[in-house]
Amino acid sequence: MTSAMRYLSHTPDDIREMLEVIGVKSIEKLFDSIPLDVRRDSEIDIEPRSEWRLSREFEEMAGASNLVAFVGAGSYAHYVPAHIPYLASRSEFLTAYTPYQPEISQGTLQAIFEFQTMTASLLGMEIANASMYDGASSLAEAALMAIRVKKKPKIAVSRLNHPHYLQALRTYLRPTAFEVVELEARVDGTTDYAAMPDDVSALVVQSPNFLGVIEDLKAAAEAAHSKSALLVVSFAEAMSWGLLKNPGSQGADIVSGEGKSFGIPHSFGGPGVGMLACKKDFVRAIPGRLVGETVDKNGERAFVLTLSAREQHIRREKAVSNICSNSGHNALIAAMYMSTAGREGLREIAQLNHDKAVYLKTGLEKVGFKPLFDVPFFNEFAMTAPAGFEKRHEALLERGFFAGLKLDLFPEYQDPRYKDAYLFCATEAHTRDILDAFFATFTILKEVA
Amino acid sequence: MAPHPGTQGLAFREGLLWERSKKGRIGISLPEQDVPRVELDEGLVGEKPALPELSEVDVTRHYTKLSTWNFGVDTGTYPLGSCTMKYNPKINEHLAGLPGFANLHPLTPYAYAQGALKLMYELERDLLEITKMHAVSLQPAAGAHGELAGMLMIHAYHAHKGKQRHKIIMPSTAHGTNPASAALCGYTPVPVQLSPDGIVTPEAIREVMDEDTAGIMVTNPNTLGIFEKHIAEIAQIVHEKGGLVYGDGANLNALMGYADIEKMGIDVLHINVHKTLATPHGGGGPGAGPVVVRDVLEPFLPVPRVMKKRERYELVWDTPLSIGRLHSFCGNFATLARALAYTRSLGRHLKDVTELAVLNANYVKSRLKGLYNLPFPQPSMHECVFNDAAQHKQGVTTLDIAKRLIDLGYHPPTIYFPLVVEGALMIEPTESESKADLDGFVEAMKTVAEEAATNPDVVKNAPQNTKVSRPDEVQAARHLILRGEIPQ
Repeated sequence: MTSAMRYLSHTPDDIREMLEVIGVKSIEKLFDSIPLDVRRDSEIDIEPRSEWRLSREFEEMAGASNLVAFVGAGSYAHYVPAHIPYLASRSEFLTAYTPYQPEISQGTLQAIFEFQTMTASLLGMEIANASMYDGASSLAEAALMAIRVKKKPKIAVSRLNHPHYLQALRTYLRPTAFEVVELEARVDGTTDYAAMPDDVSALVVQSPNFLGVIEDLKAAAEAAHSKSALLVVSFAEAMSWGLLKNPGSQGADIVSGEGKSFGIPHSFGGPGVGMLACKKDFVRAIPGRLVGETVDKNGERAFVLTLSAREQHIRREKAVSNICSNSGHNALIAAMYMSTAGREGLREIAQLNHDKAVYLKTGLEKVGFKPLFDVPFFNEFAMTAPAGFEKRHEALLERGFFAGLKLDLFPEYQDPRYKDAYLFCATEAHTRDILDAFFATFTILKEVA
Repeated sequence: MAPHPGTQGLAFREGLLWERSKKGRIGISLPEQDVPRVELDEGLVGEKPALPELSEVDVTRHYTKLSTWNFGVDTGTYPLGSCTMKYNPKINEHLAGLPGFANLHPLTPYAYAQGALKLMYELERDLLEITKMHAVSLQPAAGAHGELAGMLMIHAYHAHKGKQRHKIIMPSTAHGTNPASAALCGYTPVPVQLSPDGIVTPEAIREVMDEDTAGIMVTNPNTLGIFEKHIAEIAQIVHEKGGLVYGDGANLNALMGYADIEKMGIDVLHINVHKTLATPHGGGGPGAGPVVVRDVLEPFLPVPRVMKKRERYELVWDTPLSIGRLHSFCGNFATLARALAYTRSLGRHLKDVTELAVLNANYVKSRLKGLYNLPFPQPSMHECVFNDAAQHKQGVTTLDIAKRLIDLGYHPPTIYFPLVVEGALMIEPTESESKADLDGFVEAMKTVAEEAATNPDVVKNAPQNTKVSRPDEVQAARHLILRGEIPQ
């Protein structure tokens, strides 16, 4: 032991008294069961910082955040009402563990039951679980779940799913005997189901898809069900369900996606909150935690973790998945957001997203961009840039605008069809002033060039 | 003796969120409609989402009341074995939420994300320094996700060598997630017998290790809190037959500053940053589960990985042997930021953390010996395991003991595993608890032991002071109610 540290309460007297009770001479003696040949031969070489210096170093790394991103692609800029982080940071929520002891975890348990209810309701599904890690891993788990239900060896997946979700799906399925069949895009930016084989457990379609196009989920459901496969609907932008027909009403059997838009900041990509919902017939195949309502011994309403017979701490290798920790606290935040926005608020904000995106697209058309597809979209769309834009993209960054995401940054979009194509997004967080300032800057740069 | 901290307190009634709902309420301030409204095609627009209608006050009161029904580390002693529930420093929350991080889009060009990339790089250096391993990926979003990453890497390694293997050695002291992670790669777990002193022996491994076995998954210290002292020899046996060693790092709190993970012969280890590195668990997550590896496995690490090229940081994607991607972006960045704030606050004092965690566990163990049965008396590291053998004759079970502790103001120890101990009480006080807090916990355990002997009904009827008592879990599973009805 060296000098005192603020997270550690022991005084030298405490330590001496405790060692006496244990009956050893020194703390080092307590480590005798670690053989010498596996001991480290040096002290930990990390310099401790004072809180003051630590703050300075972090503030320097965080820097200023003046960049306005007209980019979504799986992480969308939305306003977070101030009471949400305030309530969520109550340490009774934040510093609790998984609610294994229901008597002293009713706060978390009821909040998650309410999250399950609102998620299922938003997506038009019968049940939802207590969250997954994020959109990508949630999609992989949804695919594995569909295979457990249907027991057919293949999964047909639209290439228009978020490329990162596709990549995660391939990672999860690689060691298994299951095959991922990828379906190509039609010229209008929707998925072509024609190449779907017969022996598929599920068809996986994202809507709005990665290029922002709203898929015809009813047609997708018909295509899937005609092969006796499940329709898995994936999504990256939960906000879209404030406006669009929900997946359940279109025939989805399983829905998986990312709920980060509901009160959770970008944070350079994580953590988010994976949403996973399904028809109640599949409840024993769904991975992750479920909170159920019951009564206590006095007949009072109570909530508990339930159906743990699917989980690893009971079933070990026979469990439906290995997920244990999830995104419980972010699920709580998403529940706070859904209840704060409510039925009317979520519709209004979703509508505003669409309005702002249309305004951005119209402005871009005026300065020479051409839409990749002439189809409806929610808050995201793909455009082909005018000649010389790549250089101007750099110059715009220097002026604080992250003006679109070049599609061929993703291996999935390194195709002549997407040459010079960019993905754009606008949300309620982009005021008209910001949008107009961007157009003005763009025009000045164009004239200079 | 000071009284137990458990008390009746205020216990508010609060209904379900939507029981406060009233048509026409809204809790959010809507942004100005400063651009023209453009209706989407009618055929695409759905019904308004079926969510409750509440004011901001409703939402605030609801969640504030709910929070009072929860027990967290900030509330009191939380000796949850194998889950390392330690104090979560408040500065970490502040630093992880700095606007420069919170508002940073994950696909921001590298030149504009240098600080965030630097943070990841610096945490990687710290994790390698703490473990003495060779390379790391920060991508896994939780401990079990790290286990999956490790298993996928072992699978990819054998595939690259040209011959896949089908079995994996799994001691009964492994966490339940270990076999589940292995099963996702199609491996069949092979059980091994423990020695009478609760550890795995080289003889037992020699018996089962063959050329069809991909490797072994070891938790060290194991879930009995005992150090697997033959680990280096076991690793050698596994390596000689071409297998690899997976280390479950959930119990790293017992090893910092003492053990060299590479010298143990471990090829891949995940680190639960929400355990050892003090990031809060939030009632279920999010956590983060970075994986550190020996050089043989580096090519297989999940991508993207952060690299420093001259003075510039960037993400690297194109490592040909990588298992690929496991997360939407580059891992749970905000959680990782908290972990870095912790390693940088403690620095070399991380060794003190380990020493005090082990001191506390041994102190509690010494003081409870005689009151509760100790099935494995071997030296303990950061946690110790008792059971209810001494109380069982009065009809008092581990579950009753756990529930009675709640009344006395403590979170119960882990009672659901390890599976090798019937009626286990697995206690991990961590370094956060002062001697006075530990003495309070010991007194509470003593009170329960006395009550079990003299007045068992008070234990069997616990808890009395909580909002609900002994919810009917059988009914919950038989008559599933997984959602409520939101009035519209």
